[in-house]
Amino acid sequence: MPRAVFPNRILPYALLAPQVAITLVFFYWPASQALYQSTLRQDPFGLKTRFVGLENFEAVLSDPSYLNAIETTLIFSLATAALAMALALLFASAAEKVIAGKGLYRTLMIWPYAVAPAVAGLLWLFMFNPTMGTFAYILRRSGIPWDPLLDGNQAMLLVIFAAAWKQISYNFLFFVAAMQSIPRSLIEAAAIDGARSTKRFWTIVFPLIAPTTFFLLVVNTVYAFFDTFGIIDAVTAGGPAKATETLVYKVYNDGFVNLDLGGSAAQSVILMAIVIALTAIQFRYVERKVHYG
Amino acid sequence: MIERSPLGRPLAHLLLIVGILIVAFPIYYTFTASTQTIQTILRPPLPLTPGSEFANNYGEALFGGIGRIGGVGVGTLLFNTTVMALGVACGKIAISILSAFAIVFFRFPLRMVFFWLIFITLMLPVEVRILPTYKVMVDLGLIDTYAGLILPLIASATATLLFRQFFMTIPGELVEAARIDAAGPMRFFRDILLPLSKTNIAALFVILFIYGWTQYLWPLLVTNNNQMNTIVIALKKMVSFADADTPWHLVMVTAILAIVPPVLVVVLMQRWFVRGLVETEK
Repeated sequence: MPRAVFPNRILPYALLAPQVAITLVFFYWPASQALYQSTLRQDPFGLKTRFVGLENFEAVLSDPSYLNAIETTLIFSLATAALAMALALLFASAAEKVIAGKGLYRTLMIWPYAVAPAVAGLLWLFMFNPTMGTFAYILRRSGIPWDPLLDGNQAMLLVIFAAAWKQISYNFLFFVAAMQSIPRSLIEAAAIDGARSTKRFWTIVFPLIAPTTFFLLVVNTVYAFFDTFGIIDAVTAGGPAKATETLVYKVYNDGFVNLDLGGSAAQSVILMAIVIALTAIQFRYVERKVHYG
Repeated sequence: MIERSPLGRPLAHLLLIVGILIVAFPIYYTFTASTQTIQTILRPPLPLTPGSEFANNYGEALFGGIGRIGGVGVGTLLFNTTVMALGVACGKIAISILSAFAIVFFRFPLRMVFFWLIFITLMLPVEVRILPTYKVMVDLGLIDTYAGLILPLIASATATLLFRQFFMTIPGELVEAARIDAAGPMRFFRDILLPLSKTNIAALFVILFIYGWTQYLWPLLVTNNNQMNTIVIALKKMVSFADADTPWHLVMVTAILAIVPPVLVVVLMQRWFVRGLVETEK
């Protein structure tokens, strides 16, 4: 039987109007502009624009600095996702075991979710910058030549820590929820069969939370791809020597700083394709849907 | 019953305490720094306990005569950020609940076209289309306005999908009952749908408020006038490691002020927040 509905003819259009209007003006218009711009090239003085087909894409994809940005993004995203998820899983499995203070632990664990990425980056920079950071001071005192403003690998480490730190809370909440939904009887049955805590975790808990883990992997990758612009800009500004220039940072840098409109638009289009692919994977393989934001 | 190793539980507590230290330490460190004199901050290592300058530093940041960033006081920054966060949260909830209502409770030509039109925007963040969106803002004269800060961020399908999913679980009998009682659709919306959606709205509100408050790239682009800066942007502009004049004690205070409001929202509305994040996202 079809759903009971209201018979009005005009009203639904009026209800849809605000969202459709905003979507058209602030989504479809710019997105189509990006597609169109990506096929144009301006001369160096911005006087003439001509149609170049897919040349911008060819130029972008054969540009060593773009390939470098892809590599940087992959390393950064995978390291951030792995670190944030591993720590969150560790803490969540500990939270499963405790009884007293569970609520308090959760409350204290979720703070960083509310910290802006750019501010998270600054917090870590306060602690680790060579001029005044206490940890930089400690590292140097113990003989490590620590200077993330000059050393690309150290800069990368710092942005990974800041990015992963911010994401721990989110993953923690999801892992806790996933573990709570595992039936007690399964764990008890395994315990009766003599499986120890570690064995139970790897043979029962871990496989059963796999959908959540996969979902988080996608969400964390998307986060590391797009939401970490603030961290990168605040901590390293893509430097030193482009060692931390991710794809999103490059779109911004080429478009707003270097004013290469066609190239930046082509990069935007590539990024959109990546997001659509990630979303499709998420829908296809995980039955969980919405990413807020 | 599950056997308990004698060390299991204390170990779990220990692990959680380590976790909380990792999670809270950067914030605590900055708070400690915000209560020190600038000389102490610039001479590492930083003391691990708060200093004596709490009142001075916070007083100077909040009420100090001369503004820091191009003459803009912290009050204005907090106001701008609050307007943006509330605008994003309320705006997105309002347009989304209306369109989900239309899609679920009406049948009309082009219904699925509209649904897909909205649906496609799912997960395409503003970051991937910054330059063209920026151009649209210039064309519409929305640079340095609250509308410019808010509108592009609410053009996304996530909240609509959530409300749609929830509305589909509402039994059709409720609609029939309303129609038999001669209640129109808007009456049904106000008296039945809105009260039923309260929890979902609260959950979404927290998530979207945080989303709006923590924005960085978009406000950076769309505000040229320092009067329109959000606190996150202003904080970033204050920080310069090369510049000997950077007022570090005030930077730390500003960082804490940028962190506290959204953290309060999350902690105080924890129940809805966790629910909104975890339960609805499944």
